[in-house]
Amino acid sequence: MKTSHSFDERFQFQGNAKTWSLVLMAIGVIGIAIGFLTGGGERTFANLLLMSYYFACVCTCGVFFLAVQYVAQAGWSAAILRIPQAFAKALPIAAVILFAVIFLGIFMTHTGLNEYGKQSTIPYLYKLWAVKGVTTPGNPNYDAVITAKSGYLNVPFFLIRIALYLLCYSALGALLVKYSNNEDALGGMFNYNKSFKVSVIFLVIFGFTVPLFAFDTIMSLEAHWFSTMFGWYNFAALWVGGLSVITLTIIILRQNGYLEWVTEDHLHNLGQLMFGFSVFWTYLWFAQFLLTWYANIPEESAYFYRRWQPEFIGWFWLNIVVNFLTPLLLLMKRDSKRLVPVLKAACIILICGHWLDYWQMIMPGAVGPQSHWYTEISWPEITIFFGFAGLFIFTMLNALSKFNSLIPKKHPLLDESLHHHI
Amino acid sequence: MSSTKYILGLFADPDEMMHGIDLLQKNSVPIYDVFTPMPIHGIEKKLGIKDSRLGFAAFMFGCLGGTTIFSMAYYMLVHDWPMNIGGKPAFAIPDFVPITFEWTVLFTAFGMTLTFFFATHLFPGRTPRVMDLRATDDRFVIAIDAKGNTPHEDITKILKEAGAVEVKHNDRKYVSYE
Repeated sequence: MKTSHSFDERFQFQGNAKTWSLVLMAIGVIGIAIGFLTGGGERTFANLLLMSYYFACVCTCGVFFLAVQYVAQAGWSAAILRIPQAFAKALPIAAVILFAVIFLGIFMTHTGLNEYGKQSTIPYLYKLWAVKGVTTPGNPNYDAVITAKSGYLNVPFFLIRIALYLLCYSALGALLVKYSNNEDALGGMFNYNKSFKVSVIFLVIFGFTVPLFAFDTIMSLEAHWFSTMFGWYNFAALWVGGLSVITLTIIILRQNGYLEWVTEDHLHNLGQLMFGFSVFWTYLWFAQFLLTWYANIPEESAYFYRRWQPEFIGWFWLNIVVNFLTPLLLLMKRDSKRLVPVLKAACIILICGHWLDYWQMIMPGAVGPQSHWYTEISWPEITIFFGFAGLFIFTMLNALSKFNSLIPKKHPLLDESLHHHI
Repeated sequence: MSSTKYILGLFADPDEMMHGIDLLQKNSVPIYDVFTPMPIHGIEKKLGIKDSRLGFAAFMFGCLGGTTIFSMAYYMLVHDWPMNIGGKPAFAIPDFVPITFEWTVLFTAFGMTLTFFFATHLFPGRTPRVMDLRATDDRFVIAIDAKGNTPHEDITKILKEAGAVEVKHNDRKYVSYE
């Protein structure tokens, strides 16, 4: 067993990683351009919203991971904290992009069918409640349900809320990264204690605002419908998706010769979290579904009615199969969490699975059915997914390469983490 | 012939006990078992103890529980006495999920506990088998089967050399029945 490691090695962002992330971004830009030029603006915008939301969620998950570790005063994770810290550093960029997509989606308009099936000038995103004249009686776009909700669901307040959530998460994430860097330079308990306090504040803010974040960004696409489960369901997706990306990043960095101090025991813990919270995700998915299915009230079942159209129903069931059965069967056994190829496969499947999860939350409401079930996921989805994957890889690895060391070398619990054994 | 059945090396310090295990293994003395008042990291690997199969038992009990209640619910609600509940079909699978989940968890928990009791002879009311009472308190005990492991003096010497505070030559395997 190796007992000493070089902690001063920096991550070099170059070579294949840089080339491929730029190639992926180029694919994404081409996909977006073709999407707009061929008149598929609405679908392109829905995909942009999907991926920028996913991007922001994964980066927020980095901050959440850090905060949970500090508040729990967990020792095992000290050696891997730089990875979620890099996610937290990428969050401001993700936040700006998400805000820009939402802002443009609301203010860019095109001629399309409004809710009553009449030609009207409607925005690309949130057409149900952000359309002009929705609260004016007599207007062809007037909607009594939205008018009743407009005290909360109006464009200025909506944009302020989105900006505030993202600003809070980014700022507190940046503070945690700053304290960790200071700790590297100075040592001692001072910065650790400050991180603890900031983490507590973050968790309180995050706990109260993350359901609202999901309600605003995703659920308001179908503003006539509501589910109080939706916020926690999105939180579970955020946490599982983010953990899968964290784990995959660690595995790939380890395979490229970095993070040599990460053992199968650390990966085991990450696998446990992925397994446990996939079950939690399923629990919330099912709790939302069962009550709606059983009560069968029209305004509630409208959500599932849309997803049970022939174009969507296959994807709808595939979602629960992939995101529940994969972790259940692949990650239940102790050995499989410690086998890097199995864990890596589970990460990749879960990352794609939670993309599908977000996809089926957004598309039926924002775009509606296309011609066939197999044209529902086509080149716009794939190119924009690749584009944002490249963007994430680029920003995250670029942030990682700025750290002086790939380990918080003066973290007070570092020794516990280096000798972690389960 | 000596009447010693087991030789016990009592250590006050876990590191010295680990050192004792190393010394015994270097001298090819097979170790019967090791008793410690707290979990020691890495000791299973050192002693070559196989992974517990309790998880497998738990999984099987879970499958049994899930199958049992699903069949029961199917028999009662679909086959034997179908009822119209809120206009839903008799075989309404989503309704079956919560109870199937609950019974899976119940069978897993009870099945795993009972398997553990069975495997470790820990049924309530049964006198626990303990080779040395202080192994539950402040001593780290290495037990060596004395039969065929001779000479006993050499084993005693190795244990003392490793830092054993006391070496016992016991005529009985378990002391707890006395």
